[in-house]
Amino acid sequence: MSDVQTFLDRLAERNAQRGREPTWIAARRQAGAARFEALGFPTRRDEAWKYTDVRAIARGDFALAADAEFSPATAAALTLPIDAHRLTFVDGVFSASLSQLDGLPSGVALLPLSRALEENHEAVGGPLGRLTGVEFSPFSALNTAFTEEGAVVRLAPGTVVEKPIVLQFLSRAGDQPVMSHPRILIEAAGRSQATVIEHHIGEEAAANFTNLVEEVMLDRGAILTHYKLQEAPLADLHVASIHVEQGRDSTYTSFNLNLGGSLVRTDLISELNGQGATANFYGLFYGQGRQHVDSHTLANHNAPHTYSNENYKGILDDRAHGVFNGKVVVKRDSQKIEGYQSNANLLLSDRAEIDAKPELEIYADDVKCSHGSTTGQLDEEAIFALRTRGIDRQTARGLLTLAFAGEVLEEVDVDTISERVELAVAGKLPERFNLAGLVEAAVALDDE
Amino acid sequence: MLEVKDLYVTVEGNEILKGLTLTINAGEVHAIMGPNGAGKSTLSAVIAGKDGYEVTSGSITFEGQDVLEMEVEERALAGMLLGFQYPVEIPGVKNIYLLKAALNAKRSANGQEDIPAPEFMKLIKEKIAEMKMDASFLQRSVNEGFSGGEKKRNEILQMLVLQPRLAMLDEIDSGLDIDAMKVVADGVNSLRDAERAILLVTHYQRLLDYIVPDRVHVLVDGRIVKSGDAELAKKLEAHGYDWVEEGSAA
Repeated sequence: MSDVQTFLDRLAERNAQRGREPTWIAARRQAGAARFEALGFPTRRDEAWKYTDVRAIARGDFALAADAEFSPATAAALTLPIDAHRLTFVDGVFSASLSQLDGLPSGVALLPLSRALEENHEAVGGPLGRLTGVEFSPFSALNTAFTEEGAVVRLAPGTVVEKPIVLQFLSRAGDQPVMSHPRILIEAAGRSQATVIEHHIGEEAAANFTNLVEEVMLDRGAILTHYKLQEAPLADLHVASIHVEQGRDSTYTSFNLNLGGSLVRTDLISELNGQGATANFYGLFYGQGRQHVDSHTLANHNAPHTYSNENYKGILDDRAHGVFNGKVVVKRDSQKIEGYQSNANLLLSDRAEIDAKPELEIYADDVKCSHGSTTGQLDEEAIFALRTRGIDRQTARGLLTLAFAGEVLEEVDVDTISERVELAVAGKLPERFNLAGLVEAAVALDDE
Repeated sequence: MLEVKDLYVTVEGNEILKGLTLTINAGEVHAIMGPNGAGKSTLSAVIAGKDGYEVTSGSITFEGQDVLEMEVEERALAGMLLGFQYPVEIPGVKNIYLLKAALNAKRSANGQEDIPAPEFMKLIKEKIAEMKMDASFLQRSVNEGFSGGEKKRNEILQMLVLQPRLAMLDEIDSGLDIDAMKVVADGVNSLRDAERAILLVTHYQRLLDYIVPDRVHVLVDGRIVKSGDAELAKKLEAHGYDWVEEGSAA
């Protein structure tokens, strides 16, 4: 039996259980399945997958979760301690009891895709799949074939959401690994503003496959900050593509923070379609053990006066393997655009590996663009200098690793998130090296 | 306080120190002078624990402890601090973080609580004023983009905050104009007291006009060939190192 057939069989089983559904969904499901069957899983002969071997997924046999049962205590421990609106999914299945949907402000719709389809499938059918069809990759085709659950976020014009919106994806340990194919659909109408925190986490022993497709639409003047905090269990497999469409004067800021998972691939694509649109791509990936973390980004400057700014940092320890591929494309006649891209990688071990490829394609002449990628190791002289001041080696390494991640972490506005990332990349520094109090003291000093 | 006995050190197979012996007592300021390549910087680097220096024989003890058995950070925590000739730039680590981390590491080693933030800031403000440094230095990354003089002041600032028992200053005068030299010398002189010792490594006598040593040692070809009081430095200035080398050969 071929790798593809295992997945198609699971799809057939699932389809047999489905009731009646709108014809457009059935048609897309079919198109997705056909496309997936035709393409098969990508191999390293495919340019976009040159450094990422997906056989761990292709050869797996993943069931579909039947329920969203999860110990409330465990869930609580895994939940970000943030006052937020929250949708929670367990292995892709919506959990009403673990979600926090009380007190949603007016102008905000936050609901699981299944409910959105029940309530008004036509309102979903328009935007869903508009930014990405089944062509993007075999994974997006597979996701489309399984379309059933996910998160829908809609912001009415002018709505400013005070609290962050958390989309929580919990991965459960069990006898049989499972797969989920969630969709995330975010529609931010004109001048709306919100912070969405997508959080992937789970039970330590879990080994599940998440195949996510996200579509994010920003209308004129909308401002969206999108954190993707991927702290999945270390045996989890995680593939995601994020497709963003930006109207005039909109600002989309992405924090792609990858800490977990054994095999992780993220594609982030923004279409800068309206003048004045800005895309900020911040990324930090940390790999240890034999983790494989692949980040692909693409900023398409389709209109003049559009701006993209990218800063990705990779930290790789042990035998981890990182991939960074960042591309900025300036279409013909997209004048007066600015596109900046920077990638730096830190290898903490001799056996860690990074493949970095920054790319620029420019078909206009009045543009400001730059890109660059560097890879290095911790500076032994700096470690020595810190040790000569009484700071032990481990702490010195931690301080320098944090310093490396600093440019990205400084941009993170949610303390809970920056603290978790700091802890992950630098280890637990002794309390006396906790620097937060110092910053305040230094500010006070400047004020005097 | 510090005893170096018959020390032989090789660097990449080359013997640099060839039987160096030196005793420094609390309360004393010693200066080691010598021509380029005599091994002046090697001595302080070995005491601080820098990699790449192989001690083939001899011993170094600090207050009775075997220094060569101690980790780099243990030496610092025991009170031996090296001021670098070429201070390292540490991008992303703010000066104030380094100072706080280092001070608290020392306090922790002494069984003390971490310094409360207001007390720390009061101390730092006092010390940066002494070094005639601007408060903005604290928020800048350690030595990054600093001028040569700023880096040296920063080394002394660390000494003033950490109050070492033995301060070793490697060519602290190199690259300093006369005003900066005075500030640095004032900083070093403020460390002088009966409980502390200072070891200056320098090529030129002029630093010793500002920091007057109790003992001067002339290092030639890996050994101390002559020792004396501050007057010795002046003679060296007048006659050059050849004078000592000829004298020692005779």
